[in-house]
Amino acid sequence: MSAFVGKYAEELKQTAKYIATPGKGILAADESTGTIGKRLSSINVENTEPNRQALRELLFTTFDALPFLSGVILFEETLYQKTAAGKPFVDVLKENNVVPGIKVDKGIVELAGTNGETTTQGFDSLGARCQKYYEAGARFAKWRAVLKIGPTEPSELSIQQNAQGLARYAIICQENGLVPIVEPEILTDGDHDIKKCAAVTETVLAAVYKALNDHHVLLEGTLLKPNMVTPGSDSAKVAPEVVGEYTVTALRRTVPAAVPGVVFLSGGQSEEEATLNLNAMNKLQVLKPWTLSFSFGRALQQSTIKKWAGKKENVASAQAALLARCKANSEASLGEYTGVGADGAASESLYVKDYKY
Amino acid sequence: MASLKLSAPSSQWISGEKHFSRRSCLRTAAPRRVAAGPIRAGSYTDELVQTAKSIASPGRGILAIDESNATCGKRLASIGLENTETNRQAYRQLLLTTPGLGEYISGAILFEETLYQSTTDGKMFVDCLRQEKIMPGIKVDKGLVPLPGSNNESWCQGLDGLASRCAEYYKQGARFAKWRTVVSIPCGPSALAVKEAAWGLARYAAISQDNGLVPIVEPEILLDGDHPIERTLEVAEKVWAEVFYYLAENNVVFEGILLKPSMVTPGAEHKEKASPETIAKYTLKMLNRRVPPAVPGIMFLSGGQSEVEATLNLNAMNQGPNPWHVSFSYARALQNTVLKTWQGHPENVKAAQKALLVRAKANSLAQLGQYTADGENEEAKTGMFQKGYTY
Repeated sequence: MSAFVGKYAEELKQTAKYIATPGKGILAADESTGTIGKRLSSINVENTEPNRQALRELLFTTFDALPFLSGVILFEETLYQKTAAGKPFVDVLKENNVVPGIKVDKGIVELAGTNGETTTQGFDSLGARCQKYYEAGARFAKWRAVLKIGPTEPSELSIQQNAQGLARYAIICQENGLVPIVEPEILTDGDHDIKKCAAVTETVLAAVYKALNDHHVLLEGTLLKPNMVTPGSDSAKVAPEVVGEYTVTALRRTVPAAVPGVVFLSGGQSEEEATLNLNAMNKLQVLKPWTLSFSFGRALQQSTIKKWAGKKENVASAQAALLARCKANSEASLGEYTGVGADGAASESLYVKDYKY
Repeated sequence: MASLKLSAPSSQWISGEKHFSRRSCLRTAAPRRVAAGPIRAGSYTDELVQTAKSIASPGRGILAIDESNATCGKRLASIGLENTETNRQAYRQLLLTTPGLGEYISGAILFEETLYQSTTDGKMFVDCLRQEKIMPGIKVDKGLVPLPGSNNESWCQGLDGLASRCAEYYKQGARFAKWRTVVSIPCGPSALAVKEAAWGLARYAAISQDNGLVPIVEPEILLDGDHPIERTLEVAEKVWAEVFYYLAENNVVFEGILLKPSMVTPGAEHKEKASPETIAKYTLKMLNRRVPPAVPGIMFLSGGQSEVEATLNLNAMNQGPNPWHVSFSYARALQNTVLKTWQGHPENVKAAQKALLVRAKANSLAQLGQYTADGENEEAKTGMFQKGYTY
């Protein structure tokens, strides 16, 4: 058969198309318990379930920001949590036309015989888990593959292994009603220039789409979550217009028009940087048949978490910070961002070398 | 020269010169070309991109007249003419000196002999074409031969010495190349045949670009067979996935290629014929799933369809905006009536040239999504499918 047309095909297409609505994007709030612990400790808050619940409630009840979001990615624990008043988070989101999504991978492990390259785990019982997440209200999933740039990296093994992994994950999701977000993140670590990043991104994306096609994945029912094409973290920065051109060129060469949306990861970019780059991409006067939007974690939450600092009395101002970033990125996804609203925290780099997610 | 018909549905998706003007933005950066220089730029990259864009211009398509001497002989025989160089030259002269051809035709694919021929007045054919702003192209493959270990399938030869041949053709004035391989659904196709077809195309494409010629990438999925349209879709998706992957591995610059696919139709012997709308739906679905937006033009082959069928199907595909220029590269579907009108008689040349313009204009309108079949004659509606056709 060509593309897989199971019982969820129409729903998958509609969900993917909705998530790719121009002017909307995704809030990635799927930090694992370990990772969210790092965020909390940076504001001297203990990593307990009530605290994790409090942070997420803060985010999801920023009702003014929700119109700018088409989806939120959750961690498993959060999918089953409720507000303090007892309302399931999933219902809060759905009532505000925000589609709940779920991280389904189980982290990365090293590929033996490589120079620190990795593959992603999480296939065991993935189908059954997806079914349960669907029953709990999730309608899309996310799986993060990681590649790096080095003298001999990414290796052919790493490219093939990660591409196959993404494709296998994607088809299992589609069999069970979840739109797969396909995320082949190429880390910015290194001193390579933007051309090198572009070449690697094009090679990786070509392999990813070959694998998706071989696995009969229905492209109309997927989303792509790639890195933007930028210089390495140890290299000189370039203007957003340059990032925009190289990124859109790479996508035009690799992503078929059947894919409804590309929702970028922010990597270690500052909040403002990520917004400016997204804006530059959307201002480019060239044909881009997919929506170009955001799926940001750190680049949406950084200021918010700082302002909250774990204190109830700060909730309102923390929510105001989240609203500002959501609005800015919504404008950027339409190429209409004018740069107003960048404060100190928003310009702070979020890059962490050899970042373990 | 075709005028840019900006109101046509297809043109809003084509990034022509107009769309490169930048809106003012926050940073005062110097005006920049929109498409960043391709990563794997060779010395001809800019020219390749311009050539491809010129061929993929709105309202225009390709006239394929690259029949080998043997195949041209069959055409001439069908109107009772001997297969001599003089007759071949006379026929090609008829076609290539058609006044106003450049309004509907953006490129002409030639056979090697023709690339070096002139009119009886001594004007080189390539110059006749350039005058009409038609890009000269050249067939560079060396034909199909049996593929050992396959299920009676073929593979396409021609890589040996290809680089120097391309360089010579470039010197003579060619600016694009064409290589036709085939895939047979009744024979499988086998994974081996698909892999070989895709890999050969990718290697040819890289070598062409290295020598200044825009490669037309043509994996023809033959019409032969009794399979339904769904099966054709399946095979086409598999073939194009493989083709694009190998093109990427060979570092081919996608902004400087053109595709020449077969439309997605049922097999010729399938019990039900499909309407132009159905063919358009399946074909566009396949293209949207496989062709990156960076590819500037998709020029369909006609593969045995009647002249009118080929035009109707193209028209159906252009009823809405597409991310790439969707047009034609027709041989039989442009030449059939012309040949029959000419019959080899000099006094029929003008009428034959008019017949060519009729077909070219019809397909030009189809490219713009504005064709109607009213007024077409019966001859033009006759199918040209031949079982087991060897090209």
